[in-house]
Formats: sequence, structure tokens, C-alpha cells
Amino acid sequence: MKVLSVAETVALIPDGASLMIGGFMGVGTPERVVDELVRQGKRDLTVIANDTAFPGVGIGKLVGAGLVKKVIASHIGTNRETQAQMIAGEMQVELVPQGTLIERIRAGGFGLGGILTPTGVGTVVAEGKRTIDVAGRDYLLEVALKADFALVQAFLADTTGNLSYALTARNFNPVIAMAGGTVIVEAEHIVPTGVIAPDNVMTPATLVDYLIANG
Amino acid sequence: MDAQTIIAKRIAQELKTGMLVNLGIGIPTLVANHLPPGVNVYFQSENGLIGTGPVPEPGMAQTRLTDAGGKAVTALPGACTFDSAMSFGLIRGGHVAMTVLGGLQVDQQGLLANWTIPGKMVPGMGGAMDLVTGAKRVVVAMQHSAKGKSKVVKKCNLPLTSVRPVDLVVTELAVIAFPGGRATLMETAPGVTVQQVIDATEADLVVPKQVSEMAL
Repeated sequence: MKVLSVAETVALIPDGASLMIGGFMGVGTPERVVDELVRQGKRDLTVIANDTAFPGVGIGKLVGAGLVKKVIASHIGTNRETQAQMIAGEMQVELVPQGTLIERIRAGGFGLGGILTPTGVGTVVAEGKRTIDVAGRDYLLEVALKADFALVQAFLADTTGNLSYALTARNFNPVIAMAGGTVIVEAEHIVPTGVIAPDNVMTPATLVDYLIANG
Repeated sequence: MDAQTIIAKRIAQELKTGMLVNLGIGIPTLVANHLPPGVNVYFQSENGLIGTGPVPEPGMAQTRLTDAGGKAVTALPGACTFDSAMSFGLIRGGHVAMTVLGGLQVDQQGLLANWTIPGKMVPGMGGAMDLVTGAKRVVVAMQHSAKGKSKVVKKCNLPLTSVRPVDLVVTELAVIAFPGGRATLMETAPGVTVQQVIDATEADLVVPKQVSEMAL
């Protein structure tokens, strides 16, 4: 684990990168990283996240700045800019049921090729996918998702890089920390190693590549 | 009593102490305001919370404690939080006793369409498909008609949310269940006749000899 400034960290992300970003309607999204992506004008990004939040909030800032080429999300209904760019053909949007999205990410991080889920069977979500019968019930084969980078927001990071999350800001964060090729963490508080008791570590430090320095 | 209150009050009667319950946005959210006295349930917010409480007092909002719409909530004693994989494991795995969701259409077999109107409204399905597929009991809270057209239809022409039929539909006119895969009129709202429900419904309704009135 390396500690870098937010500018140095974001400079590692090339145009066209795929990014998994934590957060649910902006709660648990690493806002400093998002702001820096906008400041550095990273382009043609693929964003994999639960939603695109609201205009001007969290992932909504990337959408508003026109930096996103493709979104894979479960919900875009709270962001009219995402919908407008989708309708105008400026952005590709793949809508995935929320439970399927998080499981596809989990599969990516856990070394699985995909998962079998009953969600979406017989609906438009099933189009182009294999349906597999297991013990008399139909399941969709949903393939694993990985990304070049995972942009994680934690509540606490210790100086070794162990992470814990707070309340509903946890959401996608510990799962994407397993599925990003490079894992970048923005923590609300950086604390001495040992402050997070071993039982309370939710993401082990060995998964973290870069911790963004305070300031 | 307005339509939304009739629907929310009647659905609240379906809640039993100890249930894990997931409420969708819109009318379903109102169900929490009408819990019968003495009934204690656990509300889940699919963003990662069991034990969701009411909105916080002014100045007491915690920015990391929100519902699935991103609004500040409180956590009741005994609440717990978890990540999204756990949250949807609870939903898909059959650990949620009941979900209450809005509806655009429900057909006479109980199939629900509630997430998109192609070309007009494409917000994404969020957690709806998982909830309808995985919750033990699915209750739909919706107005009986929209723009003069029945939302209880013969066959959904909007994209389905799931091929799993719902268990109960509650509107401001009626309670409809689906025994044997057929829409059956169980109750009428106070002051509403069986004929009025039939007239307002596109679906073919099975009408038992005795149809009771909602006890609100």
C-alpha cells in the first residue's frame, strides 16, 4: 500500500479506464477522487456503480462533466443528465438488477466466472443470456464483472491500509475492493494501525494499492 | 380518507411482529406510518440497513445513514448494517418476509410490471426485480387506474418485473389476491360496490359469493 496525494493518485488513471465506484445515491462515494477526476478531465470512462446519484453529486459530477462513455448501473432515475445523455446517444447505459450487479462484481473479485440467479428470468434482462436449469428451477447465467480501478470510500483506514465502513456508506465499497485491478481508497479518517480491531476490519490492507493522503 | 391512505392502512394490516419488510418508494413508504398498535417489524433499506427508523429530528441527520432513496433516516435499537451483497442475499435468498412495491400494471395472473415504460421512463429496475423474485410475499400498492385506464389488466403490455406472480394487490377500491393463478376480488373499500370494482377493472376478476369490506 502506497500513500499518495489525490492528484498523484488520479494521475494514475488513464482516459478510457473502467472504474468501479462505491456509493449509493452518493452516500459512500469517494468525493475527493471524483472531484479530481473532473479537475484532471479524464475522458471516455466506463463507470460500474449502483447508480449515478443526482446531478452534481458523487458520480453525477462525472456524468455532468461529460466524462463517462458507458455506465453499468441498476438505477439512473435520479439523474436527469444520465438519462438525457443516454437518450441523445452520447452515453451507453447497461441496466442491471441491483442484486445481480453486486453479485457480478462479487464474482469478479472472488474468482468466479459468474453467478446463477433467478432474478430476471423471463424478462428483458434475460435477452441474450443463457438460462440454466438447476434442480427444476431456471436461473440466468450472469457473468463476472471486473474493472481497471476500484474507487473505494472507507470511514476508517489504518496506516497499514485496513478498512472499515460506516452505516449505509458501506454498500458496494467492500465488494468493489475485491474486483478492481488497482484499488484506490479515500478514507474519512486515517488512524493508527491497531485502532481498527482485527474483528472489525472489513477490507484487509493487502487489497489496497493506494490510500489517499489527508489534505 | 384519500386513496393513498386507504392503500397504506390496509397493507399495514398484513404486517406481523418480527417480519423483515422491504418497502418501495411512493405509496409503499407510507405503510410504515400505519403499523397497527403492538406490531413491531424490521424494515430493511436495500442500501444496507435492517432497523430503519423514521426521519431524524431537525439537526440530527447522519450523512452516512440513509434509505434507498438517499434520504436521511434513523436506526432503531437493534439495527444492523451490511454491504450490498448481503442486502441482496437477504432479498433473493427468501429472508425478507414481505415486500411492498408500487405497480404500473398487474395482470390477471398476478404478473407485475413496475420498472419501465419504454421510450418514456427508463430509470432502471434498481432492486425491484430481485425483490419480486425473492421476497417470501409480494404486495403491490397502487392506484386502481391511471388516466382513466385500469392498471389491473388482462395481460401486461409493459416489460415484466419478474415471472413470479405477486401475492396481493391493494388499491383504493379493492384487495385482489391470486389463488390458483386467477385474480380474485377479496375485499372492497368502504363505500365501493363489487360492481364498481368490476367496472373499473380490465382484468377478468373471480368474484366469490362473499366479498368483505376492508376494515380500516
